[in-house]
Amino acid sequence: MNEQDGLTGDGFTEHAPAQGWGPALIMEKARKVYPMADSEVVALDDADIVVEADEMVALVGPSGSGKTTLCSIAGGILSPTSGRVVVGGVDISTFGPKQLTRVRRELVGFVFQSVNLVPFLTARENLLVVDELGRRTGAPARRRADQLLEELGLADRAKNLPGQLSGGQRQRVAIGRALMNDPELVLFDEPTSALDTKLGMAVMELIRDEMKSRGIAAIVVTHDERITQFCDRSVHMEDGRVL
Amino acid sequence: MKLALRELRRQPGRFAAAGMILTLIALLLMFLGGLLDGLIRSSTGAVRALDADVLVFSSSAENAFLRSRVEPALRATVDAVDGVEQTAGIGVLQFGARMPDSDPRDLLDIALFGTELPLQSVDALPGEGEVLADESLRQRGVTEGMVLELGPGRSPVTVVGFTKDTSYLGQAALWASPQTWREVLGENRPDQLLGPDVFQALLVRLAPGSDAAAVAERIDEATGAATASLTVIAAADTLPGVQEQQATFNQIIGVTVAIAIVVVALFFALLTIERAGLYGVLKAIGAESRSLFGGLVLQAVVLTTLSCGIAAVAAVGLDLAIPPGSIPLRISALRLITSLVYLLVAAVVGCAFSLRRVLRVDPASAIGSSS
Ligand SMILES: Nc1ncnc2c1ncn2[C@@H]1O[C@H](COP(=O)(O)OP(=O)(O)OP(=O)(O)O)[C@@H](O)[C@H]1O
Ligand SMILES: [Mg+2]
Repeated sequence: MNEQDGLTGDGFTEHAPAQGWGPALIMEKARKVYPMADSEVVALDDADIVVEADEMVALVGPSGSGKTTLCSIAGGILSPTSGRVVVGGVDISTFGPKQLTRVRRELVGFVFQSVNLVPFLTARENLLVVDELGRRTGAPARRRADQLLEELGLADRAKNLPGQLSGGQRQRVAIGRALMNDPELVLFDEPTSALDTKLGMAVMELIRDEMKSRGIAAIVVTHDERITQFCDRSVHMEDGRVL
Repeated sequence: MKLALRELRRQPGRFAAAGMILTLIALLLMFLGGLLDGLIRSSTGAVRALDADVLVFSSSAENAFLRSRVEPALRATVDAVDGVEQTAGIGVLQFGARMPDSDPRDLLDIALFGTELPLQSVDALPGEGEVLADESLRQRGVTEGMVLELGPGRSPVTVVGFTKDTSYLGQAALWASPQTWREVLGENRPDQLLGPDVFQALLVRLAPGSDAAAVAERIDEATGAATASLTVIAAADTLPGVQEQQATFNQIIGVTVAIAIVVVALFFALLTIERAGLYGVLKAIGAESRSLFGGLVLQAVVLTTLSCGIAAVAAVGLDLAIPPGSIPLRISALRLITSLVYLLVAAVVGCAFSLRRVLRVDPASAIGSSS
């Protein structure tokens, strides 16, 4: 580990390096192997990828090609079997579960395929959960949540429970939640697969606007070639390899 | 934590079943405890009310008044022991007592005490032929000025006042002077009559600064083990049946707490299984296992506290609704708080069974996998 990564004793500094300081994600020869009964599955096969600080990358490839695995490793949900992973200037390759929890809390945002909001919290509270899990800034977090809801066109839905929102609205709340911690990198795993085409395009447009206006990097996993047009470039995967 | 409390508030229905069972368990616990307290109180009240520090029986008596005899010579020995300031004779006998104009078979169970020393709550002993009566007799219709006839000899005594919390082995006490006590004894149980200045036991008041247990030991030493001396507090515990009651009830209370542990463990284990998906998502966005488990424990603690609150209100209501004297139920704040503490411990222990499951939830389960 070198000091340029901003590492301290417990893994990384209080404040992640400022945006624009180098790439949002560097993966070098990242490998993920699942040992099976009498064989092993190579879910990610020495993948190399660099995502610049304000870049939006579409990740495409057939089912089982390792897209979700790549995102999970980039976001600190999984540890790579080997290889190097640097997120927002922090080398997380050898991080343990506790440090990875902090990476997820402070450096990255996730939008999952199935919308996973907390069912008994309102839209606004679903955003504020992020603050409650983390540093608890209180008033600034509330201002940020209101601003995000406004931008996402949900200002009048702030007090609704997820059950009272449409699929598209729920996905927008999830996007807001992913942006609450001001991440270096947001990972979208098939964010539109649960939506119809028209709504999917609208959500993608929104994602693009949000990312670009904030200068946040993003990886958008998709099967849908039409989604890729919203991104700066496409990266293809097959059999765990980045092509 | 905030999340856990919000869930409780927003989805109370989820916790209703567990809350109801916990409320019933808490009520059972409080009721059992109250019953135990009431029984102990009605057994030991008279002894606890004595305004003395040490109780001296003859050694053959096994701490029972009826079998105990203290002769004047023995009393003189006790008087001389270092730390003894004053001794007083005491004796008791159990009788049936008849109220005027009542059915001859409708007897009150009473314990007539004759003592040379007034009670903690009473300045002076009543005069010749007079008694102070335990307050529980009021509910049976005894009033001030009433003449009670004691025993088969129908010895008349006049009630001149009442004392609080002075039951003896479940019977209401009557407090009289030694002379009155001796007369009633002679008229009803000539076989039990003691010579003048002979008592069943001695009450001892300590000189200031003496330790009761140490003085009790010195007394037995001085009498060459002819006496068995106890502090008054210890004497209350060694009354017949008291320890057996305590042991039995405490066992039942223990089993009830164990049931509470099982209920909490099962309920929160189910809840944890149900929430696996939610926990996965929360972990994926940075929640620590510790805070998720903390939330679970917090929910159990809040639920238990609420249940105990409802149960406490019900227990107090029950106490008020039950006619006095029918069941020796005694609901005290201490008992309610003890029950709450037991159940809180049960709640935390019950939750501990879900700890592993919470720790094991994989944040990767949140992200849409291809499987
Ligand atoms: N926990 C696991 N244990 C074993 N093998 C796994 C595990 N997770 C993923 N895999 C395997 O790793 C490979 C890559 O999976 P991954 O989920 O990354 O694919 P994907 O590109 O996201 O597919 P999809 O488009 O269907 O979501 C697959 O062959 C999958 O079966
Ligand atoms: Mg996938």
